[in-house]
Amino acid sequence: MIDRPALTSSLLYLDNVAVAFDGYKALRGLSLVLRPGEMRAIIGPNGAGKTTMMDVITGKTKPDSGTVYFAGSHDLTKLDEPAIAELGIGRKFQKPTVFESHTVEDNILLALKAPRGPFATLFGKPAVGQLEKIETILRTTRLTDHRARMAADLSHGQKQWLEIGMLLAQDPKLLLVDEPVAGMTDAETVQTADLLREIARDHSVVVVEHDMTFVRDLGVTVTVLHEGSVLAEGPLDVVSAEPRVIEVYLGR
Amino acid sequence: MLTARLASHRRTMGAVISLVALAILVPLLLLALPESSALHVPSYLVALFGKYLCFALLAVSLDLVWGYCGILSLGHGAFFALGGYAMGMYLMRQIGTRGSYADPILPDFMVFLNMKALPVTWWGFNHFAYAMLMVLLVPGILAFVFGFLAFRSRVNGVYLSIITQAMTYALLLAFFRNDMGFGGNNGLTDFKDIVGFNVQADATRAVLFSLSALALATALVASQAIVVSKFGKVLVAIRDAESRARFVGYRVENYKLVIFTLSAMMAGIAGALYVPQVGIINPSEFQPTNSIEAVIWVAVGGRGTLVGAALGAVLVNFGKTYLTGAFPSAWLFALGALFIVVTIFMPKGILGLLDPRRRRAPPRKDAPASVEAAIDANVPVDR
Repeated sequence: MIDRPALTSSLLYLDNVAVAFDGYKALRGLSLVLRPGEMRAIIGPNGAGKTTMMDVITGKTKPDSGTVYFAGSHDLTKLDEPAIAELGIGRKFQKPTVFESHTVEDNILLALKAPRGPFATLFGKPAVGQLEKIETILRTTRLTDHRARMAADLSHGQKQWLEIGMLLAQDPKLLLVDEPVAGMTDAETVQTADLLREIARDHSVVVVEHDMTFVRDLGVTVTVLHEGSVLAEGPLDVVSAEPRVIEVYLGR
Repeated sequence: MLTARLASHRRTMGAVISLVALAILVPLLLLALPESSALHVPSYLVALFGKYLCFALLAVSLDLVWGYCGILSLGHGAFFALGGYAMGMYLMRQIGTRGSYADPILPDFMVFLNMKALPVTWWGFNHFAYAMLMVLLVPGILAFVFGFLAFRSRVNGVYLSIITQAMTYALLLAFFRNDMGFGGNNGLTDFKDIVGFNVQADATRAVLFSLSALALATALVASQAIVVSKFGKVLVAIRDAESRARFVGYRVENYKLVIFTLSAMMAGIAGALYVPQVGIINPSEFQPTNSIEAVIWVAVGGRGTLVGAALGAVLVNFGKTYLTGAFPSAWLFALGALFIVVTIFMPKGILGLLDPRRRRAPPRKDAPASVEAAIDANVPVDR
């Protein structure tokens, strides 16, 4: 099965994934294929299954049925969160989640690709080139001036960027970004779109977002989810002209 | 940040220097000065403060898991008591023929209970080294097994606290039973010798006090090294945002297991030092209230400060000794009031009041330049 061409050439492959919570069907037959290097926006009304999809990909939720493959050969349904993170999938939460009582710099240090075991962190030596990597990420996320501040003291927008910076530090093959501009000012939203496009140059990115202007700014292929499966897929202009999409978003 | 980190290093250094000084001075004041001297320390005070130091060590071990990793253990007294029992069993075997029944092998309570032979659990406890190994291994293995099951199943927060409480309560009930072979209700007492020295003698008490002070100093240095390491940063990360730590790739359950086991062994050492100084160990040490009191010491001193936990333990116990003497009925009310006041008005405890860091303050204009910031954040510079 994993020898099929569609699997080996795709970075992420979800086929017919179903998840139910106490009878509520969060995902019903969701299928999605992401090419290496691709950036994809996922939109959909509340309850469409966007976050559940992220949970399945990152190992937080185990699907009831269906297949999930990463980089051709890794069956994600059999792995837990740290193992999937090690494979190279990074996740940004809807609500900014950073380590509040650490400095900005320590947050990135902790996320930096390095051995993750307790004994490695207790006795291990810091990696060569670690400081330069932290510098680069601080610059990319516009946080150089805030490096010594506690993450708890950052503004909402800065926390979102710090979280994206932590994802970059993990150096993942695939970034899953959940509503990166929720609660941001317009200026911050524009900056975030720039930041994500910059990141998409050498990473595959999946962005879940409600903000249509933002999705338009990104200018990438859009997948519309509805009631746990894919309703439409294509460029935003094509997708938003589809009668079914209009119906789901605007109601009858 | 610079000041906060420095302050924490200075605090630890200050505490260690004071403890080493106490370890040298107190025996001198007890042994070298005549009893008529104003500076002579009576031996009951040495034993009393030695006991406080053991509690301080227990508090530091609890602070490691609660203050830094967010694991609120309400059963840490169990590890303390198990360490104490291991020491108590060694001390019982040293009594030999000096017991009331003069049995060379069996402790008095076993003769009394008509036991014919020494239970397997007691084998080897006549050797000091074996007993000391058990002081570490018994709490360590219990914590490892308990933690392995609890952390792997992702039991968190109040649920974890409740099962730690259940663990110590179960041990309390088990140790009450005579047929467990640990002296039942009465526990272990009437100790005579420790490595050949009379446990009641002033010199032995002085040495036990010094050992307690040094053990506490060592624990503070080791714990400080742990919390400033990357491992320690991961612990705090887990405390602040456990699922984020998982998605970053840290196996949270392994980290919790390592620190929980280490902490339990530290609590075991505290118990082992405590028993010869108070002269008895019985099942009441397993009482859940003991573990909860330990949590209060840490909260009073300052959670996540190590030195604060030790300070809290000494101060609260000093207050307890005074109040239970002066107003016996007032102690529990005072303890409850203390916990409420600390929780509401001093969330970072006594040390929080001294903390130079003002977390919500705007960044200073003279913020440290990048090199200083790097040192501050403990990021090693590549060479």
